[in-house]
Amino acid sequence: MEDHRRHQQEDISKAPNPRNPVLQLLWFFAIAACIKLLLIPSYRSTDFEVHRHWLALTHSLPLSQWYFDETSQWTLDYPPFFAYFERFLSYFANIVDPRIVHLQKGLDYNSNTVVYFQRITVILSDLCLLYGVYRLTRNLDPIKRKLIWVLVVWSPALVIVDHLHFQYNGFLLGMLLISLSYLEEGRDLIGGFVFAVLLCFKHLFAVAAPVYFVYLLRHYCRGGFVRGFGRLTVMGSVVVAVFAAAYGPFIYHGQIQQVIQRMFPFGRGLCHAYWAPNFWVFYILLDKGLSILLRKLGFSIKIPTGSFTSGLVGDSSPFSVLPQITPLTTFVVVLLALSPCLIKAFKDPQPRMITRWVAYAYACGFLFGWHVHEKASLHFVIPLALVAVQSLEDARHYLLLSIVSCYSLFPLLFEAQEYPIKVLLLLSHSSLMWLGFSAQFDKGESIKQAGSKTKQQHVQTKGSVTATGEPFRIRFIEKVYLVGLLVVEIWAQFLHPFILGGKFPFVPLMLISMYCSLGVMYSWIWQLRWILTPTN
Amino acid sequence: MLADSACRFSNKFSMGKLKESKVMKNKVDLNNRDDACWWLIHKGVKTTFLSISLFALLVRVAVSLHPYSGAGNPPKYGDYEAQRHWMEIAINLPAKDWYWNSTTNDLNYWGLDYPPLTAYQSFVHGLFLKLFDSQSVSLFTSRGYESYFGKLLMRWTVLSSDVLIFFPAVFYFILAYFSDNSSFRKSDIAWQIAILLINPCLILIDHGHFQYNCISLGLTVGAIAGICMDKDLVGSFLFTLALNHKQMSAYFAPAFFSHLLGKCMRRRNPIVEVLKLGLVVLGTFTIIWLPYLHSVDALLQVLSRLAPFERGLYEDYVANFWCTTSVLIKWKRLFSVKLLKFLSFTATLSTCLPSMIQQIRVPSNRGFLYGLLCSSFSFYLFSFQVHEKSVLLPLLPATMLALDEPSLFIHFLHYALLSLFPLVVRDKLVQAYLAIYALTFLIINASNKGKQKGGAFHSTRVLFGCSLFCSLILHVVYLVVRPPERYPFLFEALIMLLCFSQFIFLAVFSNIKQWTVSKAVPLMHKQKLN
Repeated sequence: MEDHRRHQQEDISKAPNPRNPVLQLLWFFAIAACIKLLLIPSYRSTDFEVHRHWLALTHSLPLSQWYFDETSQWTLDYPPFFAYFERFLSYFANIVDPRIVHLQKGLDYNSNTVVYFQRITVILSDLCLLYGVYRLTRNLDPIKRKLIWVLVVWSPALVIVDHLHFQYNGFLLGMLLISLSYLEEGRDLIGGFVFAVLLCFKHLFAVAAPVYFVYLLRHYCRGGFVRGFGRLTVMGSVVVAVFAAAYGPFIYHGQIQQVIQRMFPFGRGLCHAYWAPNFWVFYILLDKGLSILLRKLGFSIKIPTGSFTSGLVGDSSPFSVLPQITPLTTFVVVLLALSPCLIKAFKDPQPRMITRWVAYAYACGFLFGWHVHEKASLHFVIPLALVAVQSLEDARHYLLLSIVSCYSLFPLLFEAQEYPIKVLLLLSHSSLMWLGFSAQFDKGESIKQAGSKTKQQHVQTKGSVTATGEPFRIRFIEKVYLVGLLVVEIWAQFLHPFILGGKFPFVPLMLISMYCSLGVMYSWIWQLRWILTPTN
Repeated sequence: MLADSACRFSNKFSMGKLKESKVMKNKVDLNNRDDACWWLIHKGVKTTFLSISLFALLVRVAVSLHPYSGAGNPPKYGDYEAQRHWMEIAINLPAKDWYWNSTTNDLNYWGLDYPPLTAYQSFVHGLFLKLFDSQSVSLFTSRGYESYFGKLLMRWTVLSSDVLIFFPAVFYFILAYFSDNSSFRKSDIAWQIAILLINPCLILIDHGHFQYNCISLGLTVGAIAGICMDKDLVGSFLFTLALNHKQMSAYFAPAFFSHLLGKCMRRRNPIVEVLKLGLVVLGTFTIIWLPYLHSVDALLQVLSRLAPFERGLYEDYVANFWCTTSVLIKWKRLFSVKLLKFLSFTATLSTCLPSMIQQIRVPSNRGFLYGLLCSSFSFYLFSFQVHEKSVLLPLLPATMLALDEPSLFIHFLHYALLSLFPLVVRDKLVQAYLAIYALTFLIINASNKGKQKGGAFHSTRVLFGCSLFCSLILHVVYLVVRPPERYPFLFEALIMLLCFSQFIFLAVFSNIKQWTVSKAVPLMHKQKLN
């Protein structure tokens, strides 16, 4: 009897999903890959040459010179694993076209072979992202799963940064997602291991390290002092082993200081050339406003000599009224912003919350960090996609955040040719997102039925709260904000050059980053509130 | 025992059918939620159309990043230069001089050889170019003008024509054709919209190679939509516009003519109805041709520009009858142009005739689409001076029929793409071609429609598998292998042969289909028309 029932259950669980989810996911990937292939001839930033140079560097030089080479201005400033990754790719590059990996002849090489080779490596390395998403969504019900795939695999922000601008974020975020998926399953050791590997690929991901540390300490190393300490030792030795594998050769050559110097160029300023939409934008603007106001009132205010973007030169502060911001200040502020989340993780380390906590950590790093790139918003937007389908509130928040973060990337592609591409990417993805969310939440009744069915079938459904009955609508204030986004874009792109001509060329960009930072701040507060809500 | 199980089976079968029909009626059919696009469709056709068209636009913009025909290839460049040159002529000379050879208008250098509506369109686009980049359309000095911004502006003119004409036309067609047809599921309609808007051949030719087929094809789609909605006057007006944008639209003329005639004959006053339609067509023609009606000479000059018989029976390696059989019979050498004109004319007309007769006898919306397919096939295969790009014309009705004839459409699309491949290679669009080829077939296969292979195609699946395999091999061979010196066009000829064999089969198949399908539902439509 028991056996029979089990058989029946298996039958049911097979029934609603005749098609293989892996194949379906590959379908999503293939569609995206086709679009990315079509986009190959588009604009690429200097990052393209940076990565090309790294291919040449790692191929032509012995390991001991990687972090010393100055053939090009684009010196290697990523951690060793990324350099190994480039070394791995350079092996194939050499087969495709030896000039790609030539240290001198390859400089600013831009033939078809190198463009195709590098672009295709990015497209293929996205398979890592795909695996991460697959691991995180394989136990969800098919509808939510597809929605998440749309959010992550078809993310317009990733297309803009990786496939137009050129970087390998999809690959790195994939590793983050893999790590999160192991943590969610309770397999902390592998999760921690993957995260350590990720840190050795790109150290910017270290912003979430405190969260990882606290969480692993409390979740993995629990169960009495002896067992806990034992586990701490295991985890510690795994992490140390990973770091040893990455940095060991450089320690052996006695170059560790040089490596660290390259990786943390604190000579750069508080803000990137284009101000990322974060908290410091307001700080700078407040300073400017105050200095103008005080000057009007008769105080003598020195005009600052330093600039926000070009780093700390001597003692000159770029601020005229407000106190100077140093890397240490930003570090403390980030930690302060993180502390509620850390306390929460310390008190009650729950696997189902880890994705939110990590995303929150990256949001803090983005808002308050030193020399933040606008691209870093991907670090929390992509992980948040995985929790966006859990409730109506999540969906609402994610819709807004995703649009804002993608829009804030627009200045990366400043040439006319890519203008329609970025707009259409954003618009088509937003419409898909809106359709998907409203399909998920609108017909509360019917979905409740379907949901209860699927709950029987899948024993392991994560985040099962769906049907609230309330339709998916964007709130009034959010609507106003989105319309404002449109106004900002029209002003920055069309009206400003038309009315003011060449005057104040920095205003459109400033306006965009200011407006977007409002949205990011909203998202940060929303996430903080969510974390602090006791019921969660 | 056996009978019992057979009975049970049939019972089950009928139950299944009943369930299926129920699902079809159910508007939000939940059973289908596993479909890849189920959530695309829950808000209704308009939203679905909007989001699909955004994606289709993205694909177009992405393709437009690639090179155009004749990029950086003096002295004659390619179609891109031709279109730009027409804009230059149109905005710098008065309308009456556009088709005449003069010191300011050298007809040997990409002389205008499309009807006046193309010239007007060039005028409008020329003004747009002049506004932003006046250098690109200045008389004489702009010849061979190529620049980053100039290319963008030109690309945007095609994009805007697509958005303003082709997309709305498709939207109205969807509304017209599926409004009364409840037998289609909503997800199928989404599929239909997607394949109509993401037509790889059209996108490659318009946004890669550079042409404005979206305008004439869009107008044709609009005309078909009008006729499907029983607005025959609007339909014939739009089709006249299409005809005046590209004379190639005449490929559809027999179908329009016969369908409208058949409809008129079923009305109370056939003669009045025919007169009304004739008046609309003539009126439209008059307005468009107004600058050339002042003398017979002017009219004849324009007409002679439109029918370039001196260019010969066929060009390059187009997969039609004349070009393919020329492997055996050297038509061009054996016969005079006059005789060839007559031959091709009779061949085209006689192959059109069956489908025309069918539509005159029993006009129906579906039959009309089949008629369009048959007549455009006849023209493509047998008429005088066919380009490889003309495959877009039969492909259009085949796409519109895709829900009824998924296997015909899919099969046709494979070979339409293959027949364009040599052109694509010449234009250096191979990468875009491969990507969009893959993209389209991923989209087609997303729906169950794309996977079902039924009817006549089932029995010959192996054969089709083989020819598809040949097509794949030919792609690779054409790219990789150098042809032998004695036969430099060997692979073009092979591609042509393969495509022709498939096209002729599809043409026969669609003719047969037109007669058999429409037999089933003639009565209903008769009643409706009265």
